[in-house]
Amino acid sequence: MKLEEALEIVAQTDSGMLRAHNEDSIAQDASCGLVVLADGMGGYNAGEVASGIAVEVMMAEITRSLKNISPTSRDEETGEELPVALLARSMHKANASIYEAAQSHSQYTGMGTTIVSALFYDNRMVVGHVGDSRLYRLRGENLKLVTRDHSLLQEQIDCGMISVENARHSQNKNLVTRAVGIDADVLPEIHVHDVEVGDMYLLCSDGLNDMVEDDDIQSILYAMQGNLALAAEQLIQTANDNGGRDNISVILVKVRQAFSQPRSRLSMLLDWFKG
Amino acid sequence: MTAKLILSLDGVLIEEYLLSKDRMTIGRRSDNDIVINNLAVSSLHAAVITIGHDSFMEDLGSTNGLAVNGVPTKKHFLQNNDTIEIGKYTLKYLNDHVSQTSAADFEKTMIMRAPSAPFKVYAEKAGDTGLFQQGTAVSSVDDALLAKAPPVKAPEPVPRPVSLAAIQILNGPNAGKELDLVKGLTTLGKPGVQVAVLTRRPQGFFITHVEGANYPSVNGDVLGGQPRQLQDHDLIELAGVKMEFYFKN
Repeated sequence: MKLEEALEIVAQTDSGMLRAHNEDSIAQDASCGLVVLADGMGGYNAGEVASGIAVEVMMAEITRSLKNISPTSRDEETGEELPVALLARSMHKANASIYEAAQSHSQYTGMGTTIVSALFYDNRMVVGHVGDSRLYRLRGENLKLVTRDHSLLQEQIDCGMISVENARHSQNKNLVTRAVGIDADVLPEIHVHDVEVGDMYLLCSDGLNDMVEDDDIQSILYAMQGNLALAAEQLIQTANDNGGRDNISVILVKVRQAFSQPRSRLSMLLDWFKG
Repeated sequence: MTAKLILSLDGVLIEEYLLSKDRMTIGRRSDNDIVINNLAVSSLHAAVITIGHDSFMEDLGSTNGLAVNGVPTKKHFLQNNDTIEIGKYTLKYLNDHVSQTSAADFEKTMIMRAPSAPFKVYAEKAGDTGLFQQGTAVSSVDDALLAKAPPVKAPEPVPRPVSLAAIQILNGPNAGKELDLVKGLTTLGKPGVQVAVLTRRPQGFFITHVEGANYPSVNGDVLGGQPRQLQDHDLIELAGVKMEFYFKN
């Protein structure tokens, strides 16, 4: 099963009600099963530049590699599964590119971006993220937050200083503890998850989840799972109706069919020996 | 800008304390930041921990405890105008941070990091960038550094439209049933098969076709792909089921 037939992807972004610029960047490549979302920060248009570089570098790096190599192979350098290694490497590369641009152009000094990205392969997906952009999963009726924000607020929740209910009242909401492009190196968080047919994934910038409650996100995704374009539009509209204080980006991925990687007889035989 | 505590006894102001440190202690002993010399107060009674623009009240195992807004508590996330009672004394928490923030500062994502040379460069030049280094204990965040970051304001809930509306089913086995449209989104039909949604927005209520072969109609007009705003006493028909939409107030 080809990835582009198994996955339905819709991506939409909006600058919101208050901001003149849209500092978010989004991109998708259905044939590679790749989606990338970045929320940039920095003065003037530096935020747009940072998120733009992040998305461009990641898309180019991953699609180029996957043209020649099967996603079920192992990475030569690290021995990890190729998609895992690819995602990590492309995030490091995006970090280096942004950091370099920031060092060489004074107007971009200090720019950075969040990233959340998913690469689908062989009935699984690898998710990488830095910062407070999120990935949610709707399976059946249940909405689950798959990523954990790299934010001061999340750290406060983790160490028990503040309850999840109280967190909505926090004044520290938008302080991220990790970002891409700020330092010479970055620590992306990367995990592999199993994917089931019928799953729906939502990648979003904080402009969505700060304005729309998880319960409302759930009811929109559940009711509109048959019409992804409308679901994306509804999510953005709800965020704007609630004030739209930040840029809002959403990428929706619906798993229509299984997408196991076809294996050659030889590799199956090898697997059998290894097992 | 900095939040403060105002100490008073029987409504008479005694002292004002700026929450200028990460951790301010309250107690009877003289080495506390806020000293209350009264026998009902333990030597080391409580502490206020401030991180960024948020402050927390914590009872440090005092004999007589403390109450916030009349509720006895061990730990409390302070909100503007909270009243803390320790014995007969009250401490009022004031944080006018929210009201001083302009709309433009809303929700701007920023990076935080602990003191380091690169930070200073960024902070001076970019203005709106601070960074908090991964792995640094939360409680040790340098207050001065945090203050450099521009203020961010927590979003306030936007008031929903006050108008209440409902739909009543007019035919079939469920005839007479009424459904209040209290949620932002009400689903008609079954997801994956046949769905239309009723959405509540600041400007009113809308019906939208989502999926399925049957498109809903309003007063006999069949909907296209676009949402349609509903008027009082509109007649909705979906897959043979007739419903009336009406406002309740």
